[in-house]
This record gives sequence, C-alpha cells and structure tokens, in this order.
Amino acid sequence: MSDKKRVSGSTTGPAHTLGEMLAERGVSRRSFLKFASYTASILALPPTAATAIAQGLASARRQSVIWLSFQECTGCTESITRAHTPSIEDLIFDFISLDYHHTLQNASGHAAEAARMAAMKENAGEYIVVVDGSVPLKDDGIYSTIAGISNLQMLEETVKDAFAVIAVGTCATFGGIPGANPNPTGAVGISDIVTGKPVINISGCPPIPEAMTGTIAYLLSFGAIPELDHLGRPKAFFGEAIHDRCYRRPFYERGMFAKSFDDEGARQGWCLFEVGCKGPVTYNACATLKWNGGTSFPIQSGHGCLGCSEPGFWDLGGFYKPLSTAKDDPLKWAAGAAVAGAAVGAASALAARKLRNKSLQAAAAAAPAAPRAAKKEDE
Amino acid sequence: MELLEFARGPALTFAIAVFIGGVVFRVVSIFALWRTRDSSANRAHEKPVVIAALREIIRRMWPETVYKQRTLFTAINGYVFHIGLALIVFFLLPHILFFQDLLGLYWPHLPNNVIYAVSIVTGVSLIAALIMRIANPAQRIISTFDDYFSWLVTFLPVATGIVATSHLGARYETLLGLHILSVAVLLVWLPFGKLMHWFLAFVTRSQTGVHLSHRGAQL
Repeated sequence: MSDKKRVSGSTTGPAHTLGEMLAERGVSRRSFLKFASYTASILALPPTAATAIAQGLASARRQSVIWLSFQECTGCTESITRAHTPSIEDLIFDFISLDYHHTLQNASGHAAEAARMAAMKENAGEYIVVVDGSVPLKDDGIYSTIAGISNLQMLEETVKDAFAVIAVGTCATFGGIPGANPNPTGAVGISDIVTGKPVINISGCPPIPEAMTGTIAYLLSFGAIPELDHLGRPKAFFGEAIHDRCYRRPFYERGMFAKSFDDEGARQGWCLFEVGCKGPVTYNACATLKWNGGTSFPIQSGHGCLGCSEPGFWDLGGFYKPLSTAKDDPLKWAAGAAVAGAAVGAASALAARKLRNKSLQAAAAAAPAAPRAAKKEDE
Repeated sequence: MELLEFARGPALTFAIAVFIGGVVFRVVSIFALWRTRDSSANRAHEKPVVIAALREIIRRMWPETVYKQRTLFTAINGYVFHIGLALIVFFLLPHILFFQDLLGLYWPHLPNNVIYAVSIVTGVSLIAALIMRIANPAQRIISTFDDYFSWLVTFLPVATGIVATSHLGARYETLLGLHILSVAVLLVWLPFGKLMHWFLAFVTRSQTGVHLSHRGAQL
C-alpha cells in the first residue's frame, strides 16, 4: 500500500505535488480533507483511511497517464470531463499529466505519437495507461488503426512498461457494443489481451465519474491497486447489485410493479422489473453515488437499468424483456420436438401392437395342439 | 453472467424442446397402445365410464378410513407441497412473466414475500416427504432411482429459488442461473420418470376407476 515509488511521474509544471497544486488554486485544507473523507467513504474504506488518503494525495507527484482510445464513442471521456461543477475530482484530472489523449490533447499526427513515446520513455514502469474502447482482433485488427498501427499493436507497445492499466467503459472492459453479437470485428476487452500487468476495469456505458476519480485517487494515495471483484472491478464501486441498493426495492418485495412506462405504477415509482430492469444482476454504484453530482440515476428517472456495466449487456435478450424470461425464443425447437415425440410415440405403440399380435398368433398356433395331445393320451 | 446467459438461452431452449417432445412421446405411446376389447359381461354395479373415472379420481384424493391413521400425514404433506409448488410456479411475478413471454398469457400474482414464505413451507414439506420415504421400511424397499431423482429435481428449483431470492452464498446472477438450470433439469427429466404424473395422474386414476367398476368392485 505504501509503495510510493511506483506511482510517481513527470514533474513538469510549477506544482510538484497535488498538495502544492491545490494550494496554488486556493483549495482550503478543510475542503481537501472533506474530499479525502468523501473519497475514503466512496471507496468503502474505514474513517482512518481518510487521513492516509489526505497525506498520500498531498504528497503525490504528478502522474503520467497515457489514454488510449480504440473502438469507442468518446462517451466515457464525455462522462468524466463533463462534470457540471468544478470540483476537486476535476483537479485530479488537471493534476495528472495526461500525455496522450486523442480528444483532449493539442498535438496531432506525428507530434501526438511522439508525445506518447516520450511519456513512455520518461516514465517507464511508472505511467498509467487508461483505455477506452475495445480492441478488434479479427483479420489482424485491421478494423481500427491509429497512426498506421492496429489497436492491438498500440496497446501491446504502450502497456509493456506501464505500472497499471485502467480499462474505462464497458467496451474496454468487456468488449461492449463493438463486441455485441455477431461481433464482426472480433472485439475484446483489454483484460483479454493484457497479461502480467494489473488491469483495473471500470465498466459502465459510460462509467460513473466518481468510480474513475476514486480509483485514481486510490492509486495516487496508496500506490497500489484497490480490491477488485472477479471481473477486475474495484469492489468499492462494483461490490453490490443496483437492485440491492435501489430505493424501489420495497415495491419489488411487495409485488408492486410498473407494467408500462406511463401507467399508475410508473407514476407511483413502483419496481421496474416487469419492464425489463436488469438491476438484480448489475453491479455498479448508480443507486448510491448517482449521476450528475448525485442528482439522479436511470431508475430514479423512470427507466429500468440496462445492465450496462456487465459483460454482454447488449445481448441479454432485450432491454425491455424481464430478467426471468428466456433469452432467445425458447419455443424455436418446440414444433420439431412435438412432431418427433409423436412419431417416436406412434412407432413405439406400433411396435408394441406388433409384438402383441405376434404373441397372440403364437398362442393361437399352440392352442389347438393341446387338445390333440390330450386325445392321444386318452387313446 | 455467462452461466445465466447459458441458462436463459440454450439450456432453457433445449430443456423445453425435450420436455415437449418427451411428453408428446409418452402420451402418444400410451394412447396409441393396443387395447383388447373386454368381452366379459357387465357386472351388476358397473357405473358409466365417466362416472367411474371421476369417482376414482375423487376417491383417491383422501385416504380410506382403514388407512387413515397410517397415511394421514403423507396425504396432508402431499397436499402441502403440491399446492405450494403450484403457488410458487404460477403466482410469482417473475414466473408469470416467463409464461407470458412463452404463451402470451398473463394473470394476477402474489407478493414476493408471500411466495417466499410458501417456498419455505414447500421446501420443508418436500424434505419431510423424503424422510418419510427413507424412514418407512416398506417404502424404502420399493423406492428406486426414479423416486429419489424425481424428488431431487423437484426440490432443487425450490431450494435454488429460495437461495437466489435471499442472495445467499453467491452472486445473484449465479444463483438465478443455477435456479433456471435446475428447472431445465426438471423439464428434461419430467417426461421420462415418475414426474410424468403431472400429465398422467388423472388418466391412470380414471383407467383404474373404469377397470374396477367393470369388475364390479363396490367402493
């Protein structure tokens, strides 16, 4: 947890530590401690960790980050950068040295690639690679190329000397929409390719900004990877199902369900299970952290959870199909099975009849012989 | 999630196909069997076929007086888990939504909490039925693999349903996947074991009633 040497980076700029930068920007110590407490809270850490986070962040040095964008829609970047009010979370993004990011960087073309190479060289073993978007593997990855090389090549080249990799968004974590059936480009998530490096998955379409900043704050504070679930996601944000934290849960238990999006149940805020909510199998912090500064989240806005932070959410059988229904058409083989069953049943009955007729004929053939034999005995 | 996808997808499709094919096979093979015409004269007390059949169906719904003391618990317990299973299968909303998706039919449901309580009672009742079977020497001797496996595939959906609803032991999607898979196993086994009584219980009782009536049995 305290291996600070591993998380350090370029020291360009007037402020060398986050503490110094915050002081330069006029952020009071009280505000900073409140942020540290908040971060400890959303990371589900004990209250004592707030002090450690405050100390860790204050002394953290400028962190080099290389952000790779592959098969994606830029929604993840939009989500993270479009905070509605300036906050300390934003300052963390200001504080990191974002050395390569298609959407945000000034440089383009060869200059952009040169910046990536320079960051990799200067911070070998220490920089963090953030990836949004999936990587196409089919046909040697020709379906997405940047600067003349495939996404796969760029990823392998960049993560080679990275400290850690953060896959942001469901495309980068599990393949997402590009990986949806029939997956024409052979798209996969980052953890399917990167081995031998810690990969932190922050899934969601897009992910919750706090999940992103909280994870980075943890990395900067402790120089270590937070506790992850079996899908490589920080447990602090993905440890509980949305259903378990949903404010509509009591209606589920009482059997009160909205049957459409404009009926009385919908207006009364009843459970959305019947209109396809995937909250019971979706692990994310939407119901607790919410979106847009804690304003709301999809279920609160009246729409069921799509399950966007889960692998294969696009292929779960339909956003408006209840979770308890079959995924495909379960009756697609039914007619054939019924015909086959009837045919086999009829054949079996026919065979039984033949067997019975045969035994009756055998009995009939044997029957006349008995009186004759008896007659002989009489003679 | 892969387990749940597999359960909701190919496993359920396969199980429903086997279930439908198996049930049709059993029903056709029984009803298309050779039936020898009974040429014997009618007995004095023989009832019309429909009356004889209905009478036997109703008569076997409760133990005879002479056996009542010995079989009353078994009879009551049988009612408990049969009614319990029917309530669970047909009155839990997620199950109704499954049938609606399958058949287009929809009917009122009971609160989840009520079904949860019914499931506990049903589970306990099924365990009691198993204990009775094992504890009774005569029943134990005549019990076969079919009896125990049929019990298991009936009990597992109830148990996994309770565990899934309670979120016990594993993640919900895993538990739900196991629950659906246990139903798939039940559907595959049903036509080929004693669980076929779902469809044949009243048929066999009717046949027995008609047979006994023709033989002049006064019941």
